[in-house]
Amino acid sequence: MKVMRTDHPQTHDVYNRRDSVTHVQTAKSLGVVTCHACGKIWRINERENKCAHCHADLHIRKPNSYQRCWAYLIAAWLMYIPANLLPIMVTSTLFDEEKSTILSGIIYFWVSGEWSLAIIVFIASFLVPLLKMLSLMFLLITSQYDCTWGLRQRTHLYKVLEFIGRWSMLDVFVVALLVGLVQIPGYASIVPGAGIIAFSAVVVLTMLASMSFDPRLAWDIAENK
Amino acid sequence: MTESNDNNNSNTAINDGQSSAQLPPPARGYKRNWLPSLVWVIPLVAALVGLVLIINVLNKRGPEIFISFKTAEGLTAGKTKLKYKDVDIGEVENIKLSKDRSNVIVKVQLNKDAKFFTAKDTRFWVVKPRLDPSGISGLSTLFSGAYIAADAGESKEYVREFVGLETQPIVTRDDNGKQFILRAKDIGSLDIGSPVFYRRLKVGRVAAYNLDEDGRGVNLRIFIEQPYTKFVGVNTRFWHTNGIDVEFDASGFKLNTQSLATLALGGLSFLSLDDEPGPIAKENTTFLLAEDESTAFKESDGHSDTAILKFNHSIRGLKPGAPVDFRGVVIGEVKSLGIEYDKKTHQFHMPVAILVYPERLGRTFNEENGAKAKTQNQRLKVMIEDGLRAQLRTGNILTGQKYIALDFFPKAPKIKLAANSVVNEIPTISGSFDELQGHLETIAEKLSTVPFDEIGQEMQTTLKTMHKTLADADQLANSLNNDVVPEIKNAMIDVQKTLDNADRTLVSANKAFSNAENTLSEDSLIQQDIRKTLQALSRAAASLKVLTDYLEQHPESILRGKQADELP
Repeated sequence: MKVMRTDHPQTHDVYNRRDSVTHVQTAKSLGVVTCHACGKIWRINERENKCAHCHADLHIRKPNSYQRCWAYLIAAWLMYIPANLLPIMVTSTLFDEEKSTILSGIIYFWVSGEWSLAIIVFIASFLVPLLKMLSLMFLLITSQYDCTWGLRQRTHLYKVLEFIGRWSMLDVFVVALLVGLVQIPGYASIVPGAGIIAFSAVVVLTMLASMSFDPRLAWDIAENK
Repeated sequence: MTESNDNNNSNTAINDGQSSAQLPPPARGYKRNWLPSLVWVIPLVAALVGLVLIINVLNKRGPEIFISFKTAEGLTAGKTKLKYKDVDIGEVENIKLSKDRSNVIVKVQLNKDAKFFTAKDTRFWVVKPRLDPSGISGLSTLFSGAYIAADAGESKEYVREFVGLETQPIVTRDDNGKQFILRAKDIGSLDIGSPVFYRRLKVGRVAAYNLDEDGRGVNLRIFIEQPYTKFVGVNTRFWHTNGIDVEFDASGFKLNTQSLATLALGGLSFLSLDDEPGPIAKENTTFLLAEDESTAFKESDGHSDTAILKFNHSIRGLKPGAPVDFRGVVIGEVKSLGIEYDKKTHQFHMPVAILVYPERLGRTFNEENGAKAKTQNQRLKVMIEDGLRAQLRTGNILTGQKYIALDFFPKAPKIKLAANSVVNEIPTISGSFDELQGHLETIAEKLSTVPFDEIGQEMQTTLKTMHKTLADADQLANSLNNDVVPEIKNAMIDVQKTLDNADRTLVSANKAFSNAENTLSEDSLIQQDIRKTLQALSRAAASLKVLTDYLEQHPESILRGKQADELP
């Protein structure tokens, strides 16, 4: 722990001086691997990849990071289309039945003067998943094509993505709440539409994608260059 | 690929590193190579789900149709539903104005299974709350907003553009029943939705009405519900039920009312002649709509013939609609009155047009005429030659209302009609009252020709002569009295006798005079007789004078008798 603390100003320096990146060794370059579960350090061995202490799997980097990330991302993209086209909520009253999609809800809020609410829903439910998927794609492509441009910014972006992703579930929670609350038989009822399932799938899949992405891969490339 | 790169890198790292060799190696695990490829199942499933969802949505979408309405009142794009029997079959997608801005075009996205609502004869209308003679409808739309309702068509032809109805159709295709057409003079108080009654039971309603093309009447389309259609037969009669029927006749005062709703809104009733509907009427059979029940059950008038009557005297009291009667039976009515100037005779005629319904003359009459296959014209000609005349008669002395009577007057002056001429005029004959007036006139005329003045003058002169003669006789008597009384006393007796005779004669003459006086007005022949008598009387007076003259000259002749005449 003391060593880590004394290292701190040095790492700070690393962030400030770009040319000094190569001077810092990674666990990988030292030929060691840390167990994610118990923190024990092992020698990198191709065949022996299980922590002898806690029996957790050992990974130098997240396994099949690119593949998994791409798979989840593509699935998310695919689900994004029905999520926006299909109704997320079907409101049935005594005389009427109304289907609302995400966009129609935003338009409804905007038209009825609830601009702040419209903007919040627009950002949380429409813009965030979209930007998240686009950013992930950007990170994936730049890493895969050995691009070392803006490594720190890219890492920062990844951090933001991980943080912001959970807010997209806002819509899902609203619908889940309404469905649970508004159930007056014969007068009014709210039923979740197919859209909300697709939408939650998008949120979950983007979270999985960002989880499978390993930002260290980009740094590895920079190190090897 | 990346995996092997990583491994190569790690190997080099191990060689380079110094401390890593001291570390213990990790435990041996097995490598699952199949797992990475399994991750691709997730996007595959996502694609599949997405595809299924999209296919599902696309599959649900039926054809798009365009309905034009006068106004888009109550319609909202994306919200207003298209319903059939209260089941959603589509939704309004957008509303646009037509190019000429005269109406709106509503684009409706139909559901997949609503394809047959694109049949050409499908009808669409907007359901709104409304009050009509059949009741209140569409109340639910007060809260939910208007919707478009459809009545599925049966046509095999499918189109995409429709013209929406402005009002809800009274009869939809799923209604069980029959439609009939009624021809009426006017619509009365009827409206779309007005009830149709059978024995005061509501069995149908008025579905539509329109004016005849020539504007001579109104055609009503009525709808009779299913179990009651069997009561509509060939013999069925329809009439306006106007709520209140007031009858005032010999049997007293009668008031007939219908239900309160009918009182306010009107309706129709039907019943069959003698309760025998006859063969059940087919759909769209045309019936006549009568003004009231009694007119409905009157024998049908059939076609009417127009005839012209020309009267030369006043037709005061005759009005259009006045009855034309044949021996007490009304067979027609007066259509119009006029006045006409004849240039040739310089006289005014009053032409009266009448309508005569030949069918009212009875079946045998018409059948006979039919058998002879005579035209109306020939028939009329024959009848006129037989003495058919029209006469103006007084129907009501108090009000002075007149009517036209047609009858045969065999004594009427014959009228010769040209063989091929077209006759539409029935000759007239002056009425019974006018005839009497005429007779009186001729009597008065004859009386005025009697020469009362001349008769009086002649009489006066005769009396004057008589007066003179009498004075002479008086003189004679006086002279006889003075001169020869003693001698001629006997003679005087004779004379007295003679005078008595004369006196008697005078008396009789006097009688005759008085008779003459009494009978003066009777005949002029009597007058002549009187004159003759008077002449004879004057002759007698003359001979008396001769006698007295002789006696004056020869008074002895009274004693001795008359001597032979002395020869001068």
